[in-house]
Amino acid sequence: MKNNKSFIGNMFHKNGRALGSMGYFALLMIVFLIGAPEAWMRPNLHQSVFVMMPTLIFLTLPLVFLVASGEIDLSFASTYAVAAYVFAIMAKSGIDPALAILAGLMTGTAIGGLVGALIVVFRLSSLVASLGVLFLLRGIILLLTNSRSITLLEIDSHWIYPVLVGKFYGFPMQIFWAAIFVIFCYYLFTKHVFGVHIHHVGDNSVSAEQMGINVNAVKIKAFMFVGFGAALGGIFTTLITYTFFPTQGFGYLLLALAAVFVGGTPYWGGLGTIVGAVFGVGIIAYMEIGIVAIGWSGTWRQFFNGLIILLALLGHRLHGERVR
Amino acid sequence: MQPIIELEKVTKRFGGITALNNASLKVNKGEVVGLIGDNGAGKSTLIKTLVGVHNPDDGDIKIRGDKVNNWNALKAREAGIETVFQDRALCPQQSIVWNIFMGKELKYPFGFIRDKEQITEANRLIREIGFTSKLINAESPVGNLSGGERQGVAIARAIYNNAELIILDEPTNNLSLNETQKVFDFVLNVKKSNRSVLFIGHNIYHVYDISDRFVILDRGEVVHHLDKENIQSPEELMKIMRDTIKSH
Repeated sequence: MKNNKSFIGNMFHKNGRALGSMGYFALLMIVFLIGAPEAWMRPNLHQSVFVMMPTLIFLTLPLVFLVASGEIDLSFASTYAVAAYVFAIMAKSGIDPALAILAGLMTGTAIGGLVGALIVVFRLSSLVASLGVLFLLRGIILLLTNSRSITLLEIDSHWIYPVLVGKFYGFPMQIFWAAIFVIFCYYLFTKHVFGVHIHHVGDNSVSAEQMGINVNAVKIKAFMFVGFGAALGGIFTTLITYTFFPTQGFGYLLLALAAVFVGGTPYWGGLGTIVGAVFGVGIIAYMEIGIVAIGWSGTWRQFFNGLIILLALLGHRLHGERVR
Repeated sequence: MQPIIELEKVTKRFGGITALNNASLKVNKGEVVGLIGDNGAGKSTLIKTLVGVHNPDDGDIKIRGDKVNNWNALKAREAGIETVFQDRALCPQQSIVWNIFMGKELKYPFGFIRDKEQITEANRLIREIGFTSKLINAESPVGNLSGGERQGVAIARAIYNNAELIILDEPTNNLSLNETQKVFDFVLNVKKSNRSVLFIGHNIYHVYDISDRFVILDRGEVVHHLDKENIQSPEELMKIMRDTIKSH
């Protein structure tokens, strides 16, 4: 038992932030359960949450990597639409939808890589530069589509549709894909050399460089992963709704970022939690849908979103300051 | 005998400042070389150029006689050169084990980390270096450690790979007497196993005690190569150093 204290200390250091977000999620559930038990018992509340959650998970988890590496990206909300546009226009023109999905994913990854290279090579502020790219890409999409949406009504006759977004014993397939994505991200972040390097680069990039880690390459890969996640989100949403619309994804910008930080990943880099971010997504998704479901006016939604984000941040403060 | 590493007439500039001017230096197998010089003489720049953190503007770097191209920090480590940097080069929010294996992780195919093996090795290493606190194990974050213990982690990282040349940049800075002695013991052990050490310091007494050869750096230039046989005492070494600085 001599190492008991340090064991608990290490457990807390490693998992405290994830446990914290789990706590806030549980608390939110209890508040809903007590506040509006009837609405809570209705399955359609949870169904709508489960439709929303996979997309948010695809967007949020890669952002954990990027924030832990010491950068941030806002452009993902537009990359989302560009990738979905590439997919939609290709599928519409008669190209095999499976190939169109692949092309969309590659587009998203490539955009992420370009944004990352721009920021890393020219040493730009990732916040400001990606804000620029956010508007730039959205502008390009609006110009290309003339602000018109693309409908893909025949898409469900292709085999890929039921595989990705069909129903499996009543459960939407995207839940399973999101679950696989969570497991993949968890191992990539904590057990893979890429995730380990992300931690080192975000913690102390000078040290990482001195130890032979290619800091710029690690950061660019993190941006690429964010682009890939955004493309996944955009393509899944387009499949689910049978429609590409040019403003698609914009609404997820702040929600996905909120989920990262509510989930317990600090803004300063070097730390992050995938499990926490999943609960962060849960909190955000239930807030979005729950407020309306319990019969309150939608006008309360933003107020409560803000309140929850602030309370969660104050709570995560208990995990301490940045260690130097 | 082939030197492990050689710098030949290396020049490094930062903007308008020449940090290294035509500096040459070599380290042979099994010897301890002491690099001394005043603050700002260019000691750390020389080290960082040697291990590929900075790219030289002019001059050559040779490893075991062969000139290297596109030299960088990873290549230096792969060539068997490990460095304990002055700032320790640690990531304080990460665990001891992640810091020890930083940049040279033990991997399965596809890049997954050999977690258990790394932890076992790290625990063995920190006992070997002599961490005193029982509360410390390989999974503790480095941020919880004292200055001496952090130096221990940096040294553990340098010894794990059985490097042929270990470079120690001001390794005794901010260390207690006891910890300083541990660093000396470590250097002597490396030498005993016929490997080499490049020891940088501004404490002449420390450098004198453990080095076989001295290199004096002044304002970016290597001004003296001295064998220990020709120097009777640290005071004499100190005098030579003072005289060169004055005459400059």
